[in-house]
Amino acid sequence: MKTFKFPMRYVPISATILVFFIVYLIGIISFQNFGSPKVFLDLFVDNAYLGIAAIGTALVILTGGIDLSVGSIIAFTSILIAKMIASGCNALWAIALALVIGILFGMLQGWLIHCFSLPPFLVTLAGMFFIRGCGFIVSEESIGIKNDPVFNFIQNDLTIKLGKGMNLRFIVIVYLVVLIMAIFFSQRTRAGRSIYAIGDNELAATLMGIPVGRTKIMTYTIAGFCSALAGVVYAVYLKAGNPLNCVGLEMDAIAAVVIGGTLLTGGVGYVFGSLFGVLVLGLIQTLIVFDGRINSWWTRIIVGLLVLAFIFMQNLITKISKSKSKTQ
Amino acid sequence: MNKFATVIMAVAAATLLVTGCSKSDSSKIKVGFSQVGAESDWRKASTESIKGEAAKRENIELTFSDAQQKQENQIKAIRNFISKGVDVISFSPVVATGFEDVLKEAKEAGIPVVLFDRAVDVSEDGLYVSFIGSDFVEEGRRAARWVLENVGENANVAELVGTVGSAPAIDRKKGFEEIIKDHPGIKIIKSQSGDFTRAKGKEVMESFLKSPEADQIQVLFAHNDDMALGAIQAIEEAGKKPGKDIIIISIDGVKTMFEAILAGKANCTVECNPLIGAQLFDVVEKIHAGETVPARIPSQEGVFDSKNITQEVVDGRKY
Repeated sequence: MKTFKFPMRYVPISATILVFFIVYLIGIISFQNFGSPKVFLDLFVDNAYLGIAAIGTALVILTGGIDLSVGSIIAFTSILIAKMIASGCNALWAIALALVIGILFGMLQGWLIHCFSLPPFLVTLAGMFFIRGCGFIVSEESIGIKNDPVFNFIQNDLTIKLGKGMNLRFIVIVYLVVLIMAIFFSQRTRAGRSIYAIGDNELAATLMGIPVGRTKIMTYTIAGFCSALAGVVYAVYLKAGNPLNCVGLEMDAIAAVVIGGTLLTGGVGYVFGSLFGVLVLGLIQTLIVFDGRINSWWTRIIVGLLVLAFIFMQNLITKISKSKSKTQ
Repeated sequence: MNKFATVIMAVAAATLLVTGCSKSDSSKIKVGFSQVGAESDWRKASTESIKGEAAKRENIELTFSDAQQKQENQIKAIRNFISKGVDVISFSPVVATGFEDVLKEAKEAGIPVVLFDRAVDVSEDGLYVSFIGSDFVEEGRRAARWVLENVGENANVAELVGTVGSAPAIDRKKGFEEIIKDHPGIKIIKSQSGDFTRAKGKEVMESFLKSPEADQIQVLFAHNDDMALGAIQAIEEAGKKPGKDIIIISIDGVKTMFEAILAGKANCTVECNPLIGAQLFDVVEKIHAGETVPARIPSQEGVFDSKNITQEVVDGRKY
């Protein structure tokens, strides 16, 4: 039994990594300069915020839930920070406040989902509208962050120059650190394993004595934090806030998680996979920009097909594992 | 598992077929252009103008990207243009803020940037070489000058303002008022926003016509053609003759407005030209040849009224 099950678990994530390398190879063969290290590095710079958001989404999906408030929280935190700095507030306070709001908002969503047994889809849908609206209350127009000492410090002093035009930005380091922490948390801690148990079978988890409520609220709290941190990273990335930005970003995050090999019904998958999910999304976009002749909307079509392919694959794997456990 | 691999390979192969292999020709000027999206007819006409002009010129190799109205897509596209090693980058920014870092990166890479149709808000100079686009203030001035020349020194004007707070609404009003300031006989007696739409333009004009000052309105100045077209309907429904009882002037120069002028229902439209692809590539060629270009290049735009609109002009209008 174990000998069959072991490789099955790794099929989706191996497929994701394979897809990544195939797309990368296509790019290198088709276009000049596609193989340059700058393109690879820019994938991280341009998608760091999406990557951080996808970490939270991955954990939530592992519990069998969903979080639709991601894009709105990013937009809200970025405009809040920009507005506070524009009104003369210290950037560090603004960032701290944004993160606290993200944590509290996530916690509130988790609490509502658990205590009233509400569907996560609806609670976070409400959260999405609510916090998007709050962003427009803060400011209807985009606000630039100009000449702020903290932002300049992050931009100039915390960037590692790797050569001509190649900068390892601080936001990339933040992403990688958070990613490693999340991988460790989900694989090596009791709370992390509880997430898998709940996603696999909530009733069984309750019967086993796993603190389901606490774990769920914690997961949504982490997701809220990740979204807010993604918002901070986004503000640093743009040096601006805009309440209109990141509409529908949660869908990109969900797509990255699914392409990264996580089962939408929960319990199966790896946070690590979301990294490759995000990279695949970024790479497809890069490929289409490099081409520059075909319609940019092909990005969406290809991502749609990929998500569908991965859902089919996971469906098949689930069926195979079930039939195997039945025959034995 | 082999099956999955096959499916993925098939998808990948399809991608390869779609994208094909592009070989760079070093003699050509490589231009990367990032468009806002395809949100209006005006924008689509602008895109067609750029693509059409690039196809016409043999020395231009265009890499075109549609940002789908998302700033994040636009920044990624510009960064990819830099990695790809294009000679000139041009874009129509989705919003004014947030482009500073990526523009700095382009500058470090030595790639000149030309802004197209909209400006950006940056804290240091030299991040872009030139900005080609309509001068909204000048459009307002032109409208006012047309009124002075064709209506005279005395006129009561009703104004249909565009979306509150938008750059074209603010600037067109500013330009119009700047000119009439020195002509006390021309007075704006009514001014309200019609949100740049036909429906709202009609609604606001109806309320103008019901107001006590209704009979004094001699001229209608609308910030765009759509609002003017809505107002024409309202005037007709009120039993007046648009273009005669009330002189109508607006801005944009869309085909339907030309038709209205030809039919005598409106009098003048100041062009706000989306077809500036040719101007863009002229500038690109100059920059590539090492010539200096002005930092601000207004679009080539005309003023159209019954004197220069004929059926041929209407038929030749693309948008």
